[in-house]
Amino acid sequence: MEFLNTNLPYILAGISVGGQYALIAIGYTMVYGILRLINFAHGDIFMVAGFAMVYLSATLPLYISIPLTIIITVLLGFAVERMAYKPLRTAPRMSIMISAIGVSYLLQNCAWYITSGLAKQYPTIPWISESISIGTATTKIVTVITPILTIVLVIALVILIKYTKIGMAMRAMAKDFETSQLMGVKINSVISFTFIIGSFLAAIGSLLYFTNYATVTPIAGAMPGLKAFVAAVFGGIGSIPGAVIGAFIIGICENIIRMFGWTTFSDAFTFALLIIILVAKPTGLFGEKSTDKV
Amino acid sequence: MMLRINNLKVNYGGIEAVKGISFTVPEKSIVTLIGANGAGKSTTLRTIAGLVKPQSGNIEFLGEDITGKGAADIVSHGITMVPEGRKIFPDLTVLENLKIGAYLRKDDLTDDLNLVFDLFPRLKERSWQHGGTLSGGEQQMLAVGRALMSRPKLMMMDEPSLGLAPLIVRNIFEIIQEINKQGVTILLIEQNANMALKVADIGYVLETGRITLSGTGAELLADEGVKAAYLGAKAK
Repeated sequence: MEFLNTNLPYILAGISVGGQYALIAIGYTMVYGILRLINFAHGDIFMVAGFAMVYLSATLPLYISIPLTIIITVLLGFAVERMAYKPLRTAPRMSIMISAIGVSYLLQNCAWYITSGLAKQYPTIPWISESISIGTATTKIVTVITPILTIVLVIALVILIKYTKIGMAMRAMAKDFETSQLMGVKINSVISFTFIIGSFLAAIGSLLYFTNYATVTPIAGAMPGLKAFVAAVFGGIGSIPGAVIGAFIIGICENIIRMFGWTTFSDAFTFALLIIILVAKPTGLFGEKSTDKV
Repeated sequence: MMLRINNLKVNYGGIEAVKGISFTVPEKSIVTLIGANGAGKSTTLRTIAGLVKPQSGNIEFLGEDITGKGAADIVSHGITMVPEGRKIFPDLTVLENLKIGAYLRKDDLTDDLNLVFDLFPRLKERSWQHGGTLSGGEQQMLAVGRALMSRPKLMMMDEPSLGLAPLIVRNIFEIIQEINKQGVTILLIEQNANMALKVADIGYVLETGRITLSGTGAELLADEGVKAAYLGAKAK
Protein backbone atom coordinates (compact mmCIF):
# COMPACT_ATOMS: atom_id res chain seq x y z
CA MET A 1 0.00 0.00 0.00
CA GLU A 2 2.83 2.32 0.92
CA PHE A 3 4.45 1.48 -2.44
CA LEU A 4 1.25 2.30 -4.29
CA ASN A 5 0.82 5.58 -2.45
CA THR A 6 4.23 6.88 -3.43
CA ASN A 7 4.11 5.60 -6.98
CA LEU A 8 0.52 6.20 -7.98
CA PRO A 9 1.32 9.43 -9.87
CA TYR A 10 3.72 7.52 -12.14
CA ILE A 11 1.24 4.78 -12.86
CA LEU A 12 -1.52 7.29 -13.58
CA ALA A 13 0.80 9.24 -15.86
CA GLY A 14 1.74 5.99 -17.59
CA ILE A 15 -1.86 5.08 -18.32
CA SER A 16 -2.54 8.60 -19.56
CA VAL A 17 0.49 8.72 -21.85
CA GLY A 18 -0.47 5.26 -23.07
CA GLY A 19 -3.87 6.60 -24.11
CA GLN A 20 -2.25 9.47 -26.01
CA TYR A 21 0.09 7.08 -27.83
CA ALA A 22 -2.88 4.83 -28.59
CA LEU A 23 -4.79 7.62 -30.31
CA ILE A 24 -1.79 8.26 -32.59
CA ALA A 25 -0.95 4.58 -33.05
CA ILE A 26 -4.40 3.80 -34.47
CA GLY A 27 -3.66 6.13 -37.40
CA TYR A 28 -0.45 4.25 -38.20
CA THR A 29 -1.98 0.84 -37.88
CA MET A 30 -5.16 1.54 -39.89
CA VAL A 31 -3.27 3.06 -42.80
CA TYR A 32 -0.83 0.18 -42.74
CA GLY A 33 -3.68 -2.34 -42.60
CA ILE A 34 -5.17 -1.01 -45.82
CA LEU A 35 -2.28 0.44 -47.83
CA ARG A 36 0.70 -1.45 -46.32
CA LEU A 37 2.18 2.03 -45.94
CA ILE A 38 3.93 3.38 -42.88
CA ASN A 39 2.66 6.94 -42.90
CA PHE A 40 5.74 8.75 -41.60
CA ALA A 41 3.89 12.07 -41.81
CA HIS A 42 1.38 11.01 -39.18
CA GLY A 43 3.42 12.34 -36.23
CA ASP A 44 3.76 15.68 -38.00
CA ILE A 45 0.03 15.89 -38.63
CA PHE A 46 -0.26 15.50 -34.86
CA MET A 47 2.22 18.39 -34.45
CA VAL A 48 0.28 20.62 -36.88
CA ALA A 49 -2.85 19.93 -34.82
CA GLY A 50 -0.92 21.34 -31.83
CA PHE A 51 0.02 24.54 -33.67
CA ALA A 52 -3.45 24.91 -35.16
CA MET A 53 -4.80 24.99 -31.62
CA VAL A 54 -2.14 27.51 -30.50
CA TYR A 55 -2.94 29.97 -33.30
CA LEU A 56 -6.70 29.47 -33.36
CA SER A 57 -7.18 29.82 -29.62
CA ALA A 58 -5.22 33.09 -29.68
CA THR A 59 -8.15 34.79 -31.39
CA LEU A 60 -11.11 32.46 -31.02
CA PRO A 61 -12.92 31.08 -27.99
CA LEU A 62 -12.23 27.44 -27.13
CA TYR A 63 -15.63 26.14 -28.16
CA ILE A 64 -14.80 27.25 -31.71
CA SER A 65 -11.05 26.68 -31.78
CA ILE A 66 -11.21 23.05 -30.59
CA PRO A 67 -13.64 21.83 -33.29
CA LEU A 68 -11.84 23.96 -35.87
CA THR A 69 -8.51 22.36 -34.90
CA ILE A 70 -10.02 18.93 -35.38
CA ILE A 71 -11.46 19.92 -38.78
CA ILE A 72 -8.17 21.39 -39.99
CA THR A 73 -6.26 18.28 -38.92
CA VAL A 74 -8.74 16.01 -40.68
CA LEU A 75 -8.54 18.11 -43.86
CA LEU A 76 -4.74 18.01 -43.70
CA GLY A 77 -4.72 14.20 -43.38
CA PHE A 78 -7.14 13.95 -46.31
CA ALA A 79 -5.10 16.36 -48.45
CA VAL A 80 -1.80 14.62 -47.74
CA GLU A 81 -3.28 11.32 -48.91
CA ARG A 82 -4.80 12.82 -52.06
CA MET A 83 -1.70 14.79 -53.06
CA ALA A 84 1.23 12.65 -51.91
CA TYR A 85 -0.02 9.04 -51.83
CA LYS A 86 -2.93 8.65 -54.25
CA PRO A 87 -0.89 9.52 -57.38
CA LEU A 88 1.49 6.71 -56.38
CA ARG A 89 -1.18 4.05 -55.95
CA THR A 90 0.31 1.73 -58.56
CA ALA A 91 3.93 2.67 -57.89
CA PRO A 92 6.26 0.35 -55.91
CA ARG A 93 5.64 0.52 -52.17
CA MET A 94 9.05 2.08 -51.56
CA SER A 95 8.12 5.19 -53.60
CA ILE A 96 5.09 5.91 -51.47
CA MET A 97 7.18 5.45 -48.27
CA ILE A 98 9.67 8.00 -49.57
CA SER A 99 6.81 10.34 -50.39
CA ALA A 100 5.62 9.94 -46.78
CA ILE A 101 9.06 10.88 -45.45
CA GLY A 102 9.00 13.89 -47.77
CA VAL A 103 5.65 15.04 -46.41
CA SER A 104 6.95 14.62 -42.87
CA TYR A 105 9.88 16.98 -43.50
CA LEU A 106 7.70 19.38 -45.50
CA LEU A 107 5.30 19.79 -42.57
CA GLN A 108 8.16 20.21 -40.09
CA ASN A 109 9.87 22.81 -42.25
CA CYS A 110 6.67 24.75 -42.80
CA ALA A 111 6.21 24.77 -39.03
CA TRP A 112 9.80 26.06 -38.55
CA TYR A 113 9.13 28.78 -41.08
CA ILE A 114 5.88 29.95 -39.50
CA THR A 115 7.02 29.80 -35.88
CA SER A 116 10.71 30.70 -36.44
CA GLY A 117 11.44 27.53 -34.47
CA LEU A 118 10.27 28.98 -31.19
CA ALA A 119 8.29 26.85 -28.77
CA LYS A 120 4.72 28.10 -28.48
CA GLN A 121 2.74 28.07 -25.29
CA TYR A 122 -0.19 25.68 -25.58
CA PRO A 123 -3.48 27.22 -24.42
CA THR A 124 -4.88 26.08 -21.12
CA ILE A 125 -8.11 24.24 -21.64
CA PRO A 126 -10.16 24.87 -18.51
CA TRP A 127 -11.57 21.97 -16.50
CA ILE A 128 -9.27 19.29 -17.95
CA SER A 129 -6.23 21.31 -16.79
CA GLU A 130 -7.49 21.53 -13.23
CA SER A 131 -5.94 19.47 -10.49
CA ILE A 132 -7.61 16.51 -8.88
CA SER A 133 -6.46 14.23 -6.09
CA ILE A 134 -6.80 10.50 -6.35
CA GLY A 135 -5.83 8.81 -3.10
CA THR A 136 -2.58 10.45 -2.15
CA ALA A 137 -1.72 11.55 -5.68
CA THR A 138 -2.48 14.93 -7.17
CA THR A 139 -2.75 15.12 -10.93
CA LYS A 140 -4.53 17.00 -13.71
CA ILE A 141 -8.02 15.93 -14.72
CA VAL A 142 -6.69 15.31 -18.26
CA THR A 143 -4.64 12.40 -16.89
CA VAL A 144 -7.81 10.66 -15.81
CA ILE A 145 -9.88 11.69 -18.84
CA THR A 146 -7.34 10.48 -21.43
CA PRO A 147 -7.58 6.71 -20.93
CA ILE A 148 -11.37 6.87 -20.59
CA LEU A 149 -11.79 8.93 -23.75
CA THR A 150 -9.32 6.68 -25.58
CA ILE A 151 -11.24 3.56 -24.69
CA VAL A 152 -14.59 5.11 -25.67
CA LEU A 153 -13.17 6.16 -29.06
CA VAL A 154 -11.58 2.76 -29.63
CA ILE A 155 -14.87 0.99 -28.88
CA ALA A 156 -16.69 3.32 -31.29
CA LEU A 157 -14.05 2.60 -33.94
CA VAL A 158 -14.26 -1.16 -33.47
CA ILE A 159 -18.07 -0.98 -33.82
CA LEU A 160 -17.68 1.10 -36.98
CA ILE A 161 -15.29 -1.41 -38.51
CA LYS A 162 -17.25 -4.47 -37.48
CA TYR A 163 -20.83 -3.41 -38.13
CA THR A 164 -20.97 -0.75 -40.83
CA LYS A 165 -20.81 -1.05 -44.59
CA ILE A 166 -17.70 1.09 -44.91
CA GLY A 167 -16.08 -0.91 -42.10
CA MET A 168 -16.80 -4.08 -44.04
CA ALA A 169 -15.23 -2.50 -47.13
CA MET A 170 -12.14 -1.61 -45.08
CA ARG A 171 -11.77 -5.20 -43.89
CA ALA A 172 -12.24 -6.48 -47.43
CA MET A 173 -9.69 -4.04 -48.84
CA ALA A 174 -7.13 -4.99 -46.20
CA LYS A 175 -7.09 -8.42 -47.88
CA ASP A 176 -7.74 -7.77 -51.55
CA PHE A 177 -8.00 -4.45 -53.40
CA GLU A 178 -8.94 -5.86 -56.77
CA THR A 179 -11.79 -8.10 -55.66
CA SER A 180 -13.12 -5.25 -53.49
CA GLN A 181 -13.27 -3.13 -56.64
CA LEU A 182 -15.18 -5.89 -58.40
CA MET A 183 -17.77 -5.66 -55.62
CA GLY A 184 -18.26 -1.98 -56.41
CA VAL A 185 -16.17 -0.63 -53.51
CA LYS A 186 -14.74 2.79 -54.42
CA ILE A 187 -11.29 2.21 -53.03
CA ASN A 188 -10.19 5.85 -53.08
CA SER A 189 -13.12 6.92 -50.91
CA VAL A 190 -12.42 4.17 -48.40
CA ILE A 191 -8.73 5.11 -48.25
CA SER A 192 -9.62 8.78 -47.73
CA PHE A 193 -12.02 7.77 -44.98
CA THR A 194 -9.21 5.82 -43.27
CA PHE A 195 -6.95 8.90 -43.27
CA ILE A 196 -9.81 11.03 -41.97
CA ILE A 197 -10.34 8.71 -38.98
CA GLY A 198 -6.60 8.52 -38.30
CA SER A 199 -6.22 12.31 -38.38
CA PHE A 200 -9.32 12.84 -36.26
CA LEU A 201 -7.90 10.59 -33.53
CA ALA A 202 -4.49 12.28 -33.82
CA ALA A 203 -6.19 15.67 -33.31
CA ILE A 204 -7.91 14.44 -30.15
CA GLY A 205 -4.59 12.95 -29.05
CA SER A 206 -2.84 16.29 -29.59
CA LEU A 207 -5.38 18.15 -27.44
CA LEU A 208 -4.72 15.73 -24.58
CA TYR A 209 -0.97 15.46 -25.09
CA PHE A 210 -0.12 19.15 -25.37
CA THR A 211 -2.38 20.06 -22.45
CA ASN A 212 -0.02 17.88 -20.43
CA TYR A 213 3.23 19.22 -21.93
CA ALA A 214 2.33 22.90 -22.27
CA THR A 215 4.48 23.78 -25.31
CA VAL A 216 4.49 22.92 -29.03
CA THR A 217 7.61 22.92 -31.22
CA PRO A 218 7.99 21.97 -34.90
CA ILE A 219 9.54 18.66 -33.90
CA ALA A 220 7.00 17.97 -31.16
CA GLY A 221 5.35 15.32 -33.32
CA ALA A 222 8.50 13.28 -33.88
CA MET A 223 8.90 11.60 -30.51
CA PRO A 224 5.26 10.75 -29.72
CA GLY A 225 4.87 9.76 -33.39
CA LEU A 226 7.81 7.36 -33.20
CA LYS A 227 6.64 5.89 -29.92
CA ALA A 228 3.13 5.38 -31.26
CA PHE A 229 4.71 3.69 -34.26
CA VAL A 230 6.65 1.37 -31.94
CA ALA A 231 3.38 0.68 -30.10
CA ALA A 232 1.71 -0.26 -33.40
CA VAL A 233 4.58 -2.59 -34.30
CA PHE A 234 4.57 -4.06 -30.79
CA GLY A 235 0.85 -4.82 -31.00
CA GLY A 236 1.19 -6.19 -34.52
CA ILE A 237 0.91 -3.48 -37.17
CA GLY A 238 -2.45 -3.61 -38.93
CA SER A 239 -4.29 -4.60 -35.75
CA ILE A 240 -6.26 -1.91 -33.88
CA PRO A 241 -6.56 -3.71 -30.53
CA GLY A 242 -2.87 -4.54 -30.86
CA ALA A 243 -1.92 -0.89 -31.31
CA VAL A 244 -4.00 0.19 -28.31
CA ILE A 245 -2.61 -2.49 -26.00
CA GLY A 246 0.91 -1.83 -27.27
CA ALA A 247 0.49 1.89 -26.59
CA PHE A 248 -0.70 1.38 -23.02
CA ILE A 249 2.13 -1.08 -22.30
CA ILE A 250 4.75 1.36 -23.62
CA GLY A 251 3.24 4.32 -21.77
CA ILE A 252 3.11 2.46 -18.48
CA CYS A 253 6.58 0.91 -18.84
CA GLU A 254 8.15 4.29 -19.60
CA ASN A 255 6.71 5.75 -16.43
CA ILE A 256 7.64 2.77 -14.30
CA ILE A 257 11.21 3.33 -15.46
CA ARG A 258 10.89 6.97 -14.40
CA MET A 259 9.53 5.79 -11.08
CA PHE A 260 12.81 3.96 -10.42
CA GLY A 261 14.68 7.16 -11.17
CA TRP A 262 16.00 6.13 -14.60
CA THR A 263 14.23 8.93 -16.48
CA THR A 264 17.18 9.28 -18.87
CA PHE A 265 16.58 5.79 -20.17
CA SER A 266 12.82 5.93 -20.64
CA ASP A 267 13.04 6.79 -24.37
CA ALA A 268 15.83 4.32 -24.93
CA PHE A 269 13.64 1.64 -23.40
CA THR A 270 10.96 2.12 -26.08
CA PHE A 271 13.40 1.73 -28.92
CA ALA A 272 15.20 -1.17 -27.32
CA LEU A 273 11.77 -2.77 -27.09
CA LEU A 274 11.28 -2.17 -30.83
CA ILE A 275 14.53 -4.01 -31.61
CA ILE A 276 13.61 -6.89 -29.31
CA ILE A 277 10.17 -7.28 -30.94
CA LEU A 278 11.58 -7.16 -34.44
CA VAL A 279 14.05 -9.90 -33.53
CA ALA A 280 11.82 -12.10 -31.38
CA LYS A 281 8.33 -11.68 -32.84
CA PRO A 282 8.31 -9.52 -35.98
CA THR A 283 4.53 -9.81 -36.35
CA GLY A 284 3.91 -8.35 -32.88
CA LEU A 285 1.29 -9.42 -30.37
CA PHE A 286 -1.71 -9.62 -32.72
CA GLY A 287 -0.14 -9.31 -36.17
CA GLU A 288 -0.97 -11.47 -39.17
CA LYS A 289 1.54 -14.12 -40.14
CA SER A 290 2.35 -12.69 -43.53
CA THR A 291 2.75 -8.98 -44.11
CA ASP A 292 2.70 -9.39 -47.86
CA LYS A 293 -0.49 -8.58 -49.64
CA VAL A 294 -2.15 -11.43 -51.47
CA MET B 1 -27.22 -7.24 -78.33
CA MET B 2 -26.25 -7.10 -74.66
CA LEU B 3 -22.49 -6.80 -74.93
CA ARG B 4 -20.56 -5.79 -78.03
CA ILE B 5 -16.75 -5.83 -78.10
CA ASN B 6 -15.20 -3.92 -81.00
CA ASN B 7 -11.59 -4.42 -82.08
CA LEU B 8 -10.37 -4.49 -78.48
CA LYS B 9 -6.61 -4.23 -77.92
CA VAL B 10 -5.15 -4.56 -74.42
CA ASN B 11 -1.58 -4.45 -73.18
CA TYR B 12 -0.91 -6.42 -70.06
CA GLY B 13 2.42 -6.81 -68.33
CA GLY B 14 4.23 -5.06 -71.20
CA ILE B 15 2.92 -7.31 -73.97
CA GLU B 16 -0.09 -7.01 -76.22
CA ALA B 17 -2.24 -9.71 -74.63
CA VAL B 18 -5.37 -8.99 -76.65
CA LYS B 19 -4.72 -8.07 -80.29
CA GLY B 20 -7.92 -6.62 -81.62
CA ILE B 21 -10.81 -8.94 -80.87
CA SER B 22 -14.48 -8.41 -81.66
CA PHE B 23 -17.36 -10.50 -80.36
CA THR B 24 -20.91 -10.13 -79.12
CA VAL B 25 -22.94 -11.56 -76.28
CA PRO B 26 -26.70 -11.77 -76.98
CA GLU B 27 -29.15 -11.19 -74.16
CA LYS B 28 -30.00 -14.22 -71.94
CA SER B 29 -27.38 -16.42 -73.63
CA ILE B 30 -24.39 -18.36 -72.35
CA VAL B 31 -21.27 -17.38 -74.26
CA THR B 32 -17.88 -18.93 -73.72
CA LEU B 33 -14.36 -17.97 -74.68
CA ILE B 34 -12.07 -20.96 -74.78
CA GLY B 35 -8.35 -21.10 -75.38
CA ALA B 36 -5.03 -22.13 -73.92
CA ASN B 37 -3.28 -20.47 -71.00
CA GLY B 38 -2.09 -17.01 -72.02
CA ALA B 39 -4.48 -16.69 -74.97
CA GLY B 40 -5.86 -13.46 -73.49
CA LYS B 41 -9.11 -14.79 -72.01
CA SER B 42 -8.61 -13.40 -68.52
CA THR B 43 -7.32 -10.09 -69.81
CA THR B 44 -10.46 -9.73 -71.92
CA LEU B 45 -12.74 -10.26 -68.91
CA ARG B 46 -10.64 -8.01 -66.68
CA THR B 47 -10.88 -5.27 -69.28
CA ILE B 48 -14.66 -5.57 -69.51
CA ALA B 49 -14.81 -5.50 -65.67
CA GLY B 50 -12.87 -2.22 -65.65
CA LEU B 51 -9.78 -3.54 -63.86
CA VAL B 52 -7.57 -3.00 -66.92
CA LYS B 53 -7.76 -0.10 -69.38
CA PRO B 54 -7.72 -1.08 -73.06
CA GLN B 55 -5.24 0.34 -75.57
CA SER B 56 -7.91 0.82 -78.20
CA GLY B 57 -11.26 -0.49 -79.32
CA ASN B 58 -14.51 -0.18 -77.44
CA ILE B 59 -16.93 -2.04 -75.22
CA GLU B 60 -20.65 -1.43 -75.56
CA PHE B 61 -23.13 -2.66 -72.96
CA LEU B 62 -26.86 -2.36 -73.73
CA GLY B 63 -26.08 0.29 -76.29
CA GLU B 64 -23.93 2.39 -73.96
CA ASP B 65 -20.19 2.83 -74.39
CA ILE B 66 -18.54 1.64 -71.16
CA THR B 67 -14.93 1.57 -72.40
CA GLY B 68 -12.41 2.63 -69.77
CA LYS B 69 -14.89 3.09 -66.94
CA GLY B 70 -13.81 2.18 -63.40
CA ALA B 71 -14.66 -1.18 -61.85
CA ALA B 72 -17.24 0.20 -59.40
CA ASP B 73 -18.98 2.04 -62.24
CA ILE B 74 -19.13 -1.14 -64.33
CA VAL B 75 -20.79 -3.00 -61.43
CA SER B 76 -23.44 -0.30 -61.22
CA HIS B 77 -24.19 -0.90 -64.93
CA GLY B 78 -25.15 -4.50 -64.12
CA ILE B 79 -21.98 -6.39 -64.97
CA THR B 80 -20.42 -8.58 -62.32
CA MET B 81 -17.45 -10.92 -62.32
CA VAL B 82 -16.65 -14.12 -60.47
CA PRO B 83 -12.87 -13.84 -60.43
CA GLU B 84 -10.40 -16.60 -61.12
CA GLY B 85 -9.51 -18.52 -57.97
CA ARG B 86 -12.82 -17.39 -56.40
CA LYS B 87 -11.18 -14.64 -54.31
CA ILE B 88 -13.68 -14.74 -51.50
CA PHE B 89 -12.76 -12.59 -48.48
CA PRO B 90 -11.35 -15.07 -45.95
CA ASP B 91 -11.78 -12.82 -42.88
CA LEU B 92 -15.37 -11.86 -43.63
CA THR B 93 -18.21 -14.19 -42.67
CA VAL B 94 -20.16 -15.96 -45.39
CA LEU B 95 -23.03 -13.53 -44.82
CA GLU B 96 -20.69 -10.52 -45.06
CA ASN B 97 -19.18 -11.92 -48.25
CA LEU B 98 -22.67 -11.97 -49.72
CA LYS B 99 -23.50 -8.51 -48.42
CA ILE B 100 -20.37 -6.95 -49.87
CA GLY B 101 -21.48 -8.32 -53.24
CA ALA B 102 -24.41 -5.90 -52.95
CA TYR B 103 -22.16 -3.02 -51.88
CA LEU B 104 -23.62 -0.47 -54.29
CA ARG B 105 -27.23 -1.33 -53.53
CA LYS B 106 -29.15 0.59 -50.93
CA ASP B 107 -32.42 -1.41 -50.95
CA ASP B 108 -33.40 -4.42 -48.86
CA LEU B 109 -31.32 -7.55 -49.44
CA THR B 110 -33.59 -10.15 -47.82
CA ASP B 111 -35.07 -11.47 -51.08
CA ASP B 112 -31.69 -11.75 -52.74
CA LEU B 113 -30.16 -13.51 -49.74
CA ASN B 114 -33.03 -16.00 -49.76
CA LEU B 115 -32.52 -16.55 -53.48
CA VAL B 116 -28.84 -17.31 -52.97
CA PHE B 117 -29.58 -19.56 -49.98
CA ASP B 118 -32.16 -21.46 -52.07
CA LEU B 119 -29.55 -21.98 -54.75
CA PHE B 120 -26.83 -22.92 -52.23
CA PRO B 121 -28.34 -24.28 -48.99
CA ARG B 122 -24.80 -25.00 -47.75
CA LEU B 123 -24.12 -21.27 -47.52
CA LYS B 124 -27.11 -20.73 -45.25
CA GLU B 125 -25.87 -23.39 -42.84
CA ARG B 126 -22.48 -21.70 -42.77
CA SER B 127 -23.50 -18.06 -42.90
CA TRP B 128 -21.66 -17.23 -39.66
CA GLN B 129 -18.45 -19.02 -40.58
CA HIS B 130 -15.51 -17.12 -41.98
CA GLY B 131 -15.20 -17.42 -45.75
CA GLY B 132 -11.69 -18.84 -45.41
CA THR B 133 -12.96 -21.93 -43.58
CA LEU B 134 -15.08 -23.15 -46.52
CA SER B 135 -13.98 -25.92 -48.89
CA GLY B 136 -13.01 -25.08 -52.47
CA GLY B 137 -16.42 -26.02 -53.86
CA GLU B 138 -18.24 -24.03 -51.17
CA GLN B 139 -16.00 -21.06 -51.85
CA GLN B 140 -16.94 -21.23 -55.53
CA MET B 141 -20.62 -21.28 -54.55
CA LEU B 142 -20.00 -18.29 -52.30
CA ALA B 143 -18.22 -16.45 -55.12
CA VAL B 144 -21.17 -17.08 -57.44
CA GLY B 145 -23.69 -16.12 -54.74
CA ARG B 146 -21.72 -12.97 -53.97
CA ALA B 147 -21.78 -11.99 -57.65
CA LEU B 148 -25.56 -12.56 -57.82
CA MET B 149 -26.10 -10.17 -54.90
CA SER B 150 -25.46 -7.18 -57.18
CA ARG B 151 -28.50 -8.26 -59.27
CA PRO B 152 -26.39 -8.50 -62.42
CA LYS B 153 -27.65 -8.48 -65.98
CA LEU B 154 -24.37 -10.01 -67.16
CA MET B 155 -22.29 -12.37 -65.04
CA MET B 156 -18.73 -13.04 -66.18
CA MET B 157 -16.97 -16.09 -64.83
CA ASP B 158 -13.23 -16.66 -64.94
CA GLU B 159 -12.36 -20.36 -64.81
CA PRO B 160 -15.07 -21.49 -62.39
CA SER B 161 -13.94 -25.13 -62.60
CA LEU B 162 -10.32 -24.39 -61.66
CA GLY B 163 -9.03 -26.73 -58.96
CA LEU B 164 -12.38 -28.37 -58.22
CA ALA B 165 -13.29 -32.07 -58.20
CA PRO B 166 -15.19 -33.28 -61.32
CA LEU B 167 -18.41 -33.86 -59.39
CA ILE B 168 -18.37 -30.32 -58.03
CA VAL B 169 -17.53 -28.94 -61.48
CA ARG B 170 -20.65 -30.60 -62.85
CA ASN B 171 -22.64 -29.13 -59.98
CA ILE B 172 -21.27 -25.63 -60.68
CA PHE B 173 -22.19 -25.91 -64.37
CA GLU B 174 -25.73 -26.96 -63.49
CA ILE B 175 -25.97 -23.88 -61.29
CA ILE B 176 -24.66 -21.71 -64.13
CA GLN B 177 -27.44 -23.01 -66.39
CA GLU B 178 -30.00 -22.48 -63.63
CA ILE B 179 -28.87 -18.86 -63.13
CA ASN B 180 -29.04 -18.35 -66.89
CA LYS B 181 -32.62 -19.66 -66.95
CA GLN B 182 -33.50 -17.04 -64.35
CA GLY B 183 -32.53 -14.41 -66.91
CA VAL B 184 -28.87 -13.62 -66.24
CA THR B 185 -26.61 -13.56 -69.30
CA ILE B 186 -23.38 -15.51 -68.79
CA LEU B 187 -19.94 -14.87 -70.27
CA LEU B 188 -17.71 -17.75 -69.29
CA ILE B 189 -14.05 -18.45 -69.86
CA GLU B 190 -12.74 -21.92 -69.31
CA GLN B 191 -9.81 -24.18 -69.92
CA ASN B 192 -12.24 -27.05 -69.44
CA ALA B 193 -13.48 -26.49 -73.00
CA ASN B 194 -15.57 -29.64 -73.15
CA MET B 195 -17.74 -28.63 -70.21
CA ALA B 196 -18.00 -25.00 -71.30
CA LEU B 197 -19.01 -25.77 -74.90
CA LYS B 198 -21.67 -28.21 -73.75
CA VAL B 199 -23.56 -25.49 -71.89
CA ALA B 200 -22.74 -22.59 -74.22
CA ASP B 201 -25.04 -21.15 -76.89
CA ILE B 202 -22.08 -19.46 -78.59
CA GLY B 203 -18.37 -20.16 -78.31
CA TYR B 204 -15.28 -18.28 -79.43
CA VAL B 205 -11.81 -19.76 -79.68
CA LEU B 206 -9.04 -17.39 -78.60
CA GLU B 207 -5.44 -18.00 -79.68
CA THR B 208 -2.60 -15.67 -78.64
CA GLY B 209 -4.84 -12.65 -78.43
CA ARG B 210 -6.97 -13.26 -81.52
CA ILE B 211 -10.30 -14.96 -82.16
CA THR B 212 -9.63 -17.75 -84.61
CA LEU B 213 -12.95 -19.56 -84.64
CA SER B 214 -16.53 -19.06 -83.55
CA GLY B 215 -19.78 -20.95 -83.68
CA THR B 216 -22.47 -22.47 -81.53
CA GLY B 217 -21.32 -24.68 -78.67
CA ALA B 218 -22.32 -27.81 -80.55
CA GLU B 219 -20.53 -26.75 -83.74
CA LEU B 220 -17.28 -26.13 -81.89
CA LEU B 221 -17.59 -29.40 -79.99
CA ALA B 222 -17.77 -31.20 -83.34
CA ASP B 223 -14.96 -29.19 -84.96
CA GLU B 224 -11.87 -31.32 -85.68
CA GLY B 225 -9.43 -28.49 -84.97
CA VAL B 226 -11.05 -27.71 -81.64
CA LYS B 227 -11.15 -31.38 -80.74
CA ALA B 228 -7.46 -31.77 -81.41
CA ALA B 229 -6.36 -28.59 -79.68
CA TYR B 230 -8.67 -28.19 -76.68
CA LEU B 231 -10.73 -31.28 -76.03
CA GLY B 232 -7.91 -33.80 -76.34
CA ALA B 233 -8.26 -36.84 -74.16
CA LYS B 234 -11.23 -35.35 -72.32
CA ALA B 235 -13.48 -35.81 -75.39
CA LYS B 236 -12.70 -39.47 -75.78
